[in-house]
Amino acid sequence: MLKRRRPIVRPSNRDYYGGALMMAIGIGAMIQGRHYSLGTLSRMGPGYFPVALGAILTLVGLAIIATARFTKPETEEAALPPEWRGWFCIGASIVAFVVLGKYGGLIPATFAVVFISALADRENTLISASILALATVGVCIIVFWWALQMNFPLFGWG
Amino acid sequence: MIEQSLTDLWYGFSVALQPHNLMWSFFGVLVGNLIGVLPGMGALSAIAMLLPLTYTMHAVPAILMLAGIFYGSQYGGAIGAILLNMPSHPPHAVTCLDGYPMTKQGKGGTALGITMIASFFAASFGITVMVFASPLLVQIAFKFGPTEIFSIMLLGLLAGATMARGSPLKGVAMTVVGLLIGVVGTDVNSGAIRFTFGFTELSDRVELVALALGLFGVADFLRSVNRIHFVGNEAKVRLRDMRPSKAELKQAFFPMVRGTLVGTLFGAMPGTGPTITTFIAYAVERKISKTPDRFGRGALEGVAAPEAASHSKTQVDFIPTMSIGIPGDAVMALILGALLIQGIQPGPQLISQHADLFWGLIASFWVGNILLVILNVPLIGVWVKVLQVPYRYMFPCALFFIAIGVYSTNNSLFEVYEVLFFGIVGAIFLALDFPVAPILLGYVLGPLVEENFRRALLLSRGDLTVFFQKPISLGFMSVCIFLVLLQVFFALRGWRRKRKLGTLAPPLRLAGGTPVDND
Repeated sequence: MLKRRRPIVRPSNRDYYGGALMMAIGIGAMIQGRHYSLGTLSRMGPGYFPVALGAILTLVGLAIIATARFTKPETEEAALPPEWRGWFCIGASIVAFVVLGKYGGLIPATFAVVFISALADRENTLISASILALATVGVCIIVFWWALQMNFPLFGWG
Repeated sequence: MIEQSLTDLWYGFSVALQPHNLMWSFFGVLVGNLIGVLPGMGALSAIAMLLPLTYTMHAVPAILMLAGIFYGSQYGGAIGAILLNMPSHPPHAVTCLDGYPMTKQGKGGTALGITMIASFFAASFGITVMVFASPLLVQIAFKFGPTEIFSIMLLGLLAGATMARGSPLKGVAMTVVGLLIGVVGTDVNSGAIRFTFGFTELSDRVELVALALGLFGVADFLRSVNRIHFVGNEAKVRLRDMRPSKAELKQAFFPMVRGTLVGTLFGAMPGTGPTITTFIAYAVERKISKTPDRFGRGALEGVAAPEAASHSKTQVDFIPTMSIGIPGDAVMALILGALLIQGIQPGPQLISQHADLFWGLIASFWVGNILLVILNVPLIGVWVKVLQVPYRYMFPCALFFIAIGVYSTNNSLFEVYEVLFFGIVGAIFLALDFPVAPILLGYVLGPLVEENFRRALLLSRGDLTVFFQKPISLGFMSVCIFLVLLQVFFALRGWRRKRKLGTLAPPLRLAGGTPVDND
């Protein structure tokens, strides 16, 4: 039933990518941190600590790459194929919650977040997702709007 | 000294047994118990989700509830591990090894009974240690200046990064990433706004709840969707089965004591994760057993020791958090965050200034543990039913609770985007085999580390050797250096033997797919 799909990053290469990512974050932090004044060791400016952290992270990233050859992936299960549908639906559901929360109100936002994220699972159908979403809307109205009196109108933000 | 502690403890019980506090404590352990049973949900996401609820509450019931979730989830985790071979969270993975074979032999009830006895015993021991050790620790902690605080925090961060499972280098990298996330916002010393990239919402730091729920909630869902399917079986446990026989009690007694001691030791050490603790407790049992072949085929010792270790560690974990203000792991970092939100600065002053909170919390541990033992007896059947709710219904609802929980923190929709951002970042890190728990530790400690580092160097006029000149600080620094050397030694030895090492954590066949490691 499952088609054999290849993972994006092969486990044997994972540490090279991981180390490179850490170096990128570290160098980024250093570049951004240079915009704030560094100061001296006895009187540190706001830029000193982040630049130092960026330097450490870059070095650690380098070390991860340097040792990547020696470490073997511990488990094969990590070599899972990418799950684009799941990622897309879960991401979209949260964006929908924010957008609909702003312009539609609590009920549409709640429905959207549950409905769209439920579709991330291949076994859920449009009908089961709708039922689940409606049930959550019910719970939401009772718990958050009625019981906790949250500051979030049911419909329309205006 | 001891008398004073006992008097204070008595006072603590009067706080913990107030109906209002008792109610929240009960609520906490109940939710924790449920969350512990559910796959793909950990104490971290449960605490983060309920954190917004505590903003309007008084500090004492808020902390009692959050702590209740933490130790309640430990009881729940064992149920899934023993009955279904499903470690709902990683510390209980090792319990599966012998717990599930026992269930298959029809002794699941006994395993649960022993687990409960071991848990209660270990928790009581941990609490006792906390009662007497905390006031002592406080006396030392009063001598701490910025130099010492920086050194001990460095030790905590380093231990948290290297002692968890997986590559120590990656743990260090994640800690630094956490520290960098902690930098985002307004610098308290100069007022400079850092790393906000033009988002004014970020000038008030990254939201703790958003970060925690992103890393431990959304990232989990991104990793597990379509991978965790139907779990559950027809395991039936009757009350009668849960009472172990005298011989079984005798068999489990010393493993229980040893597990408790392992847990206490590791709990006192900042930064050591719960998973490594339970694995070590299991390894110790297997090593000293006269019949090591029985392990993995339903040895009672293999259930009692790790469960005891996990519970005593949970209680002892609170000591450094409450009395020095330095959390030992990610859950404690979150509880520290909750205290800060309540306007309470954890540290040496906490015990004297907020005696009701501190002693009430300790007393509530006992009350909560008794509640859990009583609750677990009738509820195990219910939890087994709950486990049969498919993951595909569970995670969309959880996602809604995450979204609304984060929104309610500050009534800000921007923070819901933060959750998504950290969820994706966390899932990428997990996919690249990085542990994400150190990020939270780094984030919470970040501002404190920076401030104390700056103050210490201001006082020493920029002399970095100050950290090695003061005796207490020198002690912490020596342990730091020892930890680093130890890791280098392990790495060199590991490379020489290539793949021979690393059998401490035996590969597990997990029924419920791959739980994300929160440790």
